[in-house]
Amino acid sequence: MPIRGTVPVAQGDTLGTLRRLLALLLEQNVVDGVLVPVATPDGRNLVPTLVRDPAHLAEADPIAPVMPIQSARVVSQLTFTEPRERLAVVLKPCEWRATVELTKLRQVNLARVLTVGVDCYGAFRVLDYGAMVAETPDLTMRLLESVEPTEGFRWPNRELRTACRICEHFVPQGVDVRLEWIGTDPRKEIGVELKETHAELAGVLGLQEGDLPGRQEAIARLREARLARRDEAFAAFREQVRTREGLLSLFSACLRCHNCTVTCPICYCRECIFRTPTFDHASEQYLKWAGRRGAVRMPTDTLLFQITRLNHMVASCVGCGVCEDGCPSDIPLTVIFRAIGQEVQALFDYEAGRSLEEELPLAVFREDELHVVER
Amino acid sequence: MPEEFEPRIVAFLCNWCTYTGADLAGTSRIQYPPNIRIIRLMCSGAVDPVYVLKALIEGADGVLIGGCHPGDCHYQSGNYKARRRVAILQSVLRQLGLEEDRVWLRWISASEGRRFADTVTEMVQYLKEKGPNPMRKEWAI
Repeated sequence: MPIRGTVPVAQGDTLGTLRRLLALLLEQNVVDGVLVPVATPDGRNLVPTLVRDPAHLAEADPIAPVMPIQSARVVSQLTFTEPRERLAVVLKPCEWRATVELTKLRQVNLARVLTVGVDCYGAFRVLDYGAMVAETPDLTMRLLESVEPTEGFRWPNRELRTACRICEHFVPQGVDVRLEWIGTDPRKEIGVELKETHAELAGVLGLQEGDLPGRQEAIARLREARLARRDEAFAAFREQVRTREGLLSLFSACLRCHNCTVTCPICYCRECIFRTPTFDHASEQYLKWAGRRGAVRMPTDTLLFQITRLNHMVASCVGCGVCEDGCPSDIPLTVIFRAIGQEVQALFDYEAGRSLEEELPLAVFREDELHVVER
Repeated sequence: MPEEFEPRIVAFLCNWCTYTGADLAGTSRIQYPPNIRIIRLMCSGAVDPVYVLKALIEGADGVLIGGCHPGDCHYQSGNYKARRRVAILQSVLRQLGLEEDRVWLRWISASEGRRFADTVTEMVQYLKEKGPNPMRKEWAI
């Protein structure tokens, strides 16, 4: 059984309390470093930061209503070659779920990692966040004051990222430590859940007995609203691709800049086939193609790129939406990948990011399955 | 009289079973339609969807992936892995409104020259009824 408890928040200073908890992990020698979003010196952004000196936690913000980088990529960088020291990593649910996938893809090594997952009310796009925080320096606390139970974070004239608006995985599952504020007033208390294996942390963090009485109901309410929004978005996508024109128009703005691949936590290949000369053809060849079709769009292979990327990573797609954040053409990648991913993952009773034990669909097979694809 | 539509099929055949089966069809002088262009790979498990997609987007009317029968893979399990990849590929194609039935996965052993020839005949007939791949005419892709 996991250990549940609460930590009181003094003077309504939620961030101060969270910073204190992280500092305790360093000071009491539970870990040697903490990865957590920290405000940049200009205050315009929150970036994943590897902190060793607790003094640097002064500007840390684990609630971070922005996600400039998918921290799972950073966790990979920090653990790939098995460091000897111990790390705590503070992750949003989608960052944790991508970390789960990368662990199974052998790009993350969790042997010396304490995973700290946080409840997530959603994030704004980086530019939105920059503009918002410029006007409102205590933005995170102000957002916590005005949480909308069926939306999450809400701010006048700004919308959460698409991925967040349709996200039902806003509570991280399976982390070592979970910091909770859904279903309570985080200006008064925050909830903590520890895995059985980390029971000793109850003392380190000063957990008090108790629970968040409104939590399950609050989670159910937000989840229901998010699922409704998600299914609506999926239906609109499926309607659009009913025609070939609709499909082509979905991707027609693609520049093949590969930013989606660069930002995606699951696209870990050091050498993506689309960044090799594989699809660089002899100059004559383009003229031949243009001759056959009458004309040919340049650069070529944009649709090939998109559908190949779907094939390569959609079985592990956690729907974090950083591909869409990175897209200069605003292609609605989040909904496309989530909708298609849901059906693909269901083929294998798989859900990306759900568990470290479930085997990757493309790493295993059953002898007696999928006969429907055999002709 | 308009020329009859002749489908173009790109085939990815594993070295150990289906390619050898195709070879047997040839050495046995079994007739089959000449609509197929064969690419030999070491294993059906080595068929990356990118190449299947490239063929389809360029306008191939069909893609045949041929591997060893279940249990017979030269590398133990490549064909099972191919089956999972094809399942994903077909699901993605279908969900994008593209025609997943242009992609066939078939197990043909080294001794099944007749089955190989019959497969090509059957696929050509199927694609003739289905008609040409509309992607061939699209320029903005």
